[in-house]
Amino acid sequence: MTTPFAITLGVGSSLANKTGSWRVERPVYVDRHPPCNNACPAGEATQGWLYQAEEGNYEAAWRLIMASNPLPAIMGRACFHPCESACNRVQIDEAVGINAVERFLGDRAIDEGWTVPVSAPPSGKRVLVVGSGPAGLAAAYHLVLLGHEVVVYEAAPQCGGMLRYGIPQYRLPRAVVDAEIDRIAAMGVRFEVERRVENVADAMQRGAFDAAFVGIGAQRGKHPDIPSGDAAKVLDAVSMLHGVEEGALPALGRRVVIYGGGDTAMDAARTAQRLGAAETILVYRRTRDQMPAHDEEVCDAALEGVQMRWLSTVSRADGGRLLIETMVLNDQGLAEGTGHFEELEADSLVLALGQDTDLTLFDGDVAVDTTRGVVHVDDHQMTGHAGLFCGGDAAAGPSAERTVTAAVGDGARAAAAIDAWLAGVTLAPTVIPPLASADRLNPWYYADASRTLRPRLEAARRRSNFDEVVGGLTAEDALFEARRCMSCGNCFECDNCYGVCPDNAVIKLGPGQRYEFNLDYCKGCGICATECPCGAIDMVPEHH
Amino acid sequence: MLSERTPVRFYQVGSFAVGNRLVELERRSAQSDPRRANSLSSGHRACAGCGEALGARYALDAAMRATRGQLICVNSTGCLEVFSTPYPETSWRVAWLHSLFANAASVATGVAAGLRATGRDVVRVVAQGGDGGTADIGFGALSGMFERNDDVLFICYDNQGYMNTGVQRSSTTPGAARTATTQAVGPQPGNAFGQGKDVARLAMAHEIPYVATATVADLFDLESKVERAMSLHGARYLHVLVPCPLGWGTLSKDTIALARLAHETGIFPVFEAEYGEVTSSVPLRHRTAVEEYLRPQKRFAHLFDKSGAVTSPDVVARIQALADRNIRRYSLVPDEDQ
Repeated sequence: MTTPFAITLGVGSSLANKTGSWRVERPVYVDRHPPCNNACPAGEATQGWLYQAEEGNYEAAWRLIMASNPLPAIMGRACFHPCESACNRVQIDEAVGINAVERFLGDRAIDEGWTVPVSAPPSGKRVLVVGSGPAGLAAAYHLVLLGHEVVVYEAAPQCGGMLRYGIPQYRLPRAVVDAEIDRIAAMGVRFEVERRVENVADAMQRGAFDAAFVGIGAQRGKHPDIPSGDAAKVLDAVSMLHGVEEGALPALGRRVVIYGGGDTAMDAARTAQRLGAAETILVYRRTRDQMPAHDEEVCDAALEGVQMRWLSTVSRADGGRLLIETMVLNDQGLAEGTGHFEELEADSLVLALGQDTDLTLFDGDVAVDTTRGVVHVDDHQMTGHAGLFCGGDAAAGPSAERTVTAAVGDGARAAAAIDAWLAGVTLAPTVIPPLASADRLNPWYYADASRTLRPRLEAARRRSNFDEVVGGLTAEDALFEARRCMSCGNCFECDNCYGVCPDNAVIKLGPGQRYEFNLDYCKGCGICATECPCGAIDMVPEHH
Repeated sequence: MLSERTPVRFYQVGSFAVGNRLVELERRSAQSDPRRANSLSSGHRACAGCGEALGARYALDAAMRATRGQLICVNSTGCLEVFSTPYPETSWRVAWLHSLFANAASVATGVAAGLRATGRDVVRVVAQGGDGGTADIGFGALSGMFERNDDVLFICYDNQGYMNTGVQRSSTTPGAARTATTQAVGPQPGNAFGQGKDVARLAMAHEIPYVATATVADLFDLESKVERAMSLHGARYLHVLVPCPLGWGTLSKDTIALARLAHETGIFPVFEAEYGEVTSSVPLRHRTAVEEYLRPQKRFAHLFDKSGAVTSPDVVARIQALADRNIRRYSLVPDEDQ
């Protein structure tokens, strides 16, 4: 054997020693379901589009939102972001400002004129969509993408449903609503306004539609029986907000009482403030904690000077004054009357006590179950009448969350179901991996970074106009905010497993390709799983 | 130091994770590079979860990057030598030389002198060993290398004992730790307090150009220290804390977590010094009580009961006092008014 100078032994590599045989557990890469995705009623792949936004790929990020939700700029304003409530980053500092990033992407798309090409071949099927609110828009958008011919019938003079006639302009500027609806129209959806559907079965037959989606919302304010004198001015919040949008400003007087504790009550109260009410008082029968309104809305209302009277009910309305009964919580936490009354001066009373759906279009010979005023649908949003689907507030039970986002989700789900139904196939159920819970993270790796706040209009500047209250993020701030995402449960290629393995048993496959374990050498120590920042590695027992 | 490494922009995992797709290529760690040297290759016989194997690859890959592969490595006897080179195999992918337990520093001195004499001093020299080959058996040779200011970086991978021979005490074994030769029996169980050596401070006392400490829990810090060391000439010393699942009685998956706790508790201060003066230290991100570091380690099990409650508060307080002294001495909590 000849060896170089001073080398006395032949050298072999330790690669001959397959230390993988020592292993009793093996690491496995997994993908978990991120809590933000899980919480999104519209079914957005939130973490996925944040991942694109982190790299500044705003268009790719926007397209990923558009795969489920056609209204990102509207969502970025009107959504109550359950994704942020579920965000694991809360355990480190504060939730990622997902909603603000979504708005940034939605606005960027409008500025840049991005649109979604329809590439599916025409199916030859015609689908009717009744109502152009968020549910109808989402259904129409997804149906047209699937190659169907879509016609939307809208009863009002303009499209948008509650987006236009319910949510006040200071929360959702109409230019944004117009832009996102126009984009859907440009994709080939035909909108016919001032076209009220009296009977859906007739409309389907007359228009030769193969299927229909009804998303007519809950447009009628509830009027409970409150004894009122002739001079009392009582109106409901939905009609009031609708009137404001059509330029028919209601004469509310100086002192306005809003009765109710939901988001619509907040919208009505904040609108009254902007219409010049000197005093707006919100009356609610239970406590602050029990108010169904979202906290952000309640805080903004209070900031804008809306006064709140909890544990109070309106017993009687007369011209210029209301009789208010004080309530108390009983042992079960329910509000009950105390028999103690007081008078409250008020020029008008606005009722915001919930909304009903006008169900007359289902009258006649259709097998649609509408018990308790709600359209009952199956898991695929289909009613008892074959080919007739329904979603949004009209199909949401009284306990369900009635939000824009939930309506979009219904519309999207219904579109997929309609497509399957038209093709005569059944939708395969989607398999959702287990949740990426916070306890699987290794939070040490995430750099400390508190949330970027969106600019807000000063309270003093909100009184006499409907200017948008919440501003948008700059590109730099949006990038920062997107990068606060921890990518819970899904590999984001941080190279940590590749670096921390004492046995070089992780193979880096290159950008976008992630990694692979080299089980010839992996001793199963588990450091990669412990040190994975986002919890995307499981250790599973070996069975020798 | 930290402020130099903290990017102006925010990159999701900052510089804490090994790699980051959002960071420019040239600012990424040597370990994130798919073409890294892999100085210590697969197939070595270190225990599962070995901190020393990890630390050695981290340090030597960084040195290989800094010297563009122009590196000779001298190893003293110890775990690192035994598990990497059982005949006829070697795990080393660097020019590597082993002589005796005591003489790694002297051999490295000779290698550096030989390279200089033959006009090849572009080739740099690293000597490395465990705490036995550094603090105990090889200390005389090491002190001589420091004193002569020979052009060698000496790296000690400190796992706080003679681990591959059966976990005997070394002069870097901490107070109260149980080893085969310091059993957890008698009035003061485990290793005695007040003995042993702080080799980084001994190196500083030689006033050599560069002394630094690091752990396997902070890769960017370790790599930047190796790079800094390789940018200098003369005697340099790097002391890397490398947890040992076998000798410490810890789970193999927790090796990095323990190194992190050693830093975050103040038990192992991470700093650098030039010519005998401390020039920077890595502040604690989340200051942690020492018992969080001690509890997972079986060598400290006699300080706790089965439920994990402290049964020897005086001993834990004594260790906490040592950690607090480190925090003061190296300003590990910058805003704290000590």
